[in-house]
Amino acid sequence: MQLIWNGLIVGSFYALVALGYSMVYGIIKLLNFAHGDIYMLGAFVGFFTLSAFGISNETSIPLLLVILLLSMVTTGLIGVGIERIAYRPLRKSPRLAVLITAIGVSFTLEYGVRQIFGPNPEAFPIRLESAGFDIAGVRVTASQIVLVVIAAALMLVLAHIVERTRQGRAMRAIALDPQGAQLMGVNVNRVIAIVFFIGSSLAGAAGVMAGAYYGSIDFLMGFIIGLKAFTAAVIGGIGNLYGAMLGGLLLGLLESFGAAWFGGEWRDVFAFAFLILFLTFKPTGLLGARVVERM
Amino acid sequence: MTTLEVQDVHVYYGRVHALRQLSFTVEEGEIVCLLGNNGAGKSTTMNLLSGLVRPKSGSVRWNGMDLATEKPWNIVSSGLIHVPEGRRIFSTMTVHENLLLGGYTVRDNRAVDERIEQVYDLMPRLAERRRQQGGTLSGGEQQMVAIGRAIVGGPKLLLLDEPSMGLAPLVVKQVMEIIAAINAQGTTVLLVEQNARAALKIAHRAYVVETGRTTLSGPASELARDARVVEAYLGA
Repeated sequence: MQLIWNGLIVGSFYALVALGYSMVYGIIKLLNFAHGDIYMLGAFVGFFTLSAFGISNETSIPLLLVILLLSMVTTGLIGVGIERIAYRPLRKSPRLAVLITAIGVSFTLEYGVRQIFGPNPEAFPIRLESAGFDIAGVRVTASQIVLVVIAAALMLVLAHIVERTRQGRAMRAIALDPQGAQLMGVNVNRVIAIVFFIGSSLAGAAGVMAGAYYGSIDFLMGFIIGLKAFTAAVIGGIGNLYGAMLGGLLLGLLESFGAAWFGGEWRDVFAFAFLILFLTFKPTGLLGARVVERM
Repeated sequence: MTTLEVQDVHVYYGRVHALRQLSFTVEEGEIVCLLGNNGAGKSTTMNLLSGLVRPKSGSVRWNGMDLATEKPWNIVSSGLIHVPEGRRIFSTMTVHENLLLGGYTVRDNRAVDERIEQVYDLMPRLAERRRQQGGTLSGGEQQMVAIGRAIVGGPKLLLLDEPSMGLAPLVVKQVMEIIAAINAQGTTVLLVEQNARAALKIAHRAYVVETGRTTLSGPASELARDARVVEAYLGA
């Protein structure tokens, strides 16, 4: 049971990052390898703001929420900027060119942050109190619950936007047929920018939450989670939002159990072995089923 | 009154010269038909008008708007709406969602809802299938969704590219009746067809397009009797 709970927490971070991965892939067929670094930026925006106010060792949850919101807006805007500068000019280029650009953006963000904040890990100024209580033999802290609730709320809001709003319909339309969407009068540039904003802000949120959860942040923290989120997106079926959520949670659980059974050092091996298994046997992922089309 | 004017337009795809000095006009309230074989440049013309393809030279003007440079979404919101070849239904979205997307540029939600109701009145089959995924419909039903989607956008000029493609004769007749009904309510229609027989029945005027230019034009009833048209497009 403890394993499940721990897996769910980590899984909800993965899910948040995987959502942005999957949305961007769905809409412009780009594997945005810089996406994990947006997560890192989210954590650093939080760190920078709190440090600027001289705050450290804080445990206030309302403060965490304020920082979360601030980081989300900042990383969202950064995401939009990256799309505008690095990806939009290459919209009609071969996909490999954009992919390589994404890797370039990733390095730029990582080593840009290293230049500013230095290579050493920083202690995140908000930490979560470790006092907790037992539910059915599971050690649970109030702040863990807060994290999971925030993650779930963000996903619900996202699902509502995509399923029920005009811009959400436009997103799905572009994913299916970009030119067809233009014929509906969809301003493709604007909708893609919105997708980058939403995806990046979710990653930023995850970064802040992870900073508070793990306590320390560094400029390479986005690298592994980027790959993990990619794995989660593939497991769930890339381009599918519910797939990304499911894949993230599942990956968190798999890791949690894998680490408990085989030892912590096997955790990443376990995760990426699943990536390979899925790519080999079910590349469309769990929810990546296609509808049959008639002409 | 002339609403659409295409003058001496040249379009290239790389080195392929797709439109060669194409010129034609559409008057308000008309149904104008472009006839021609595969590769004559009909679909290129449609894409030119909706801003998906840009001309190398020549002018394309619609109600004072320069279609040669205007963004596709501004063209749609100004009322020039293109129903593309092959229908391009959003296959995993429901019929109703497809229709809602047709109203993407319409800011007034109530107007969108009213027009969707009009579409359901005009094509009751769609009302029955409103919750069904677009990709599961038959070809004729998909064509109706595509046309319905355009109606929700509030078209002043409706471009229809091969609406009869792949449909059974009876369904072609239904689709043509729907087009005539839309025109009767005041929408100008530019129709591209290979099925000349069906198209000339509802069109007021027609142009024959060959290798990227218009070679013949006139009232639809006259062209339907013109020996050259009969031989080339009506199969005698």
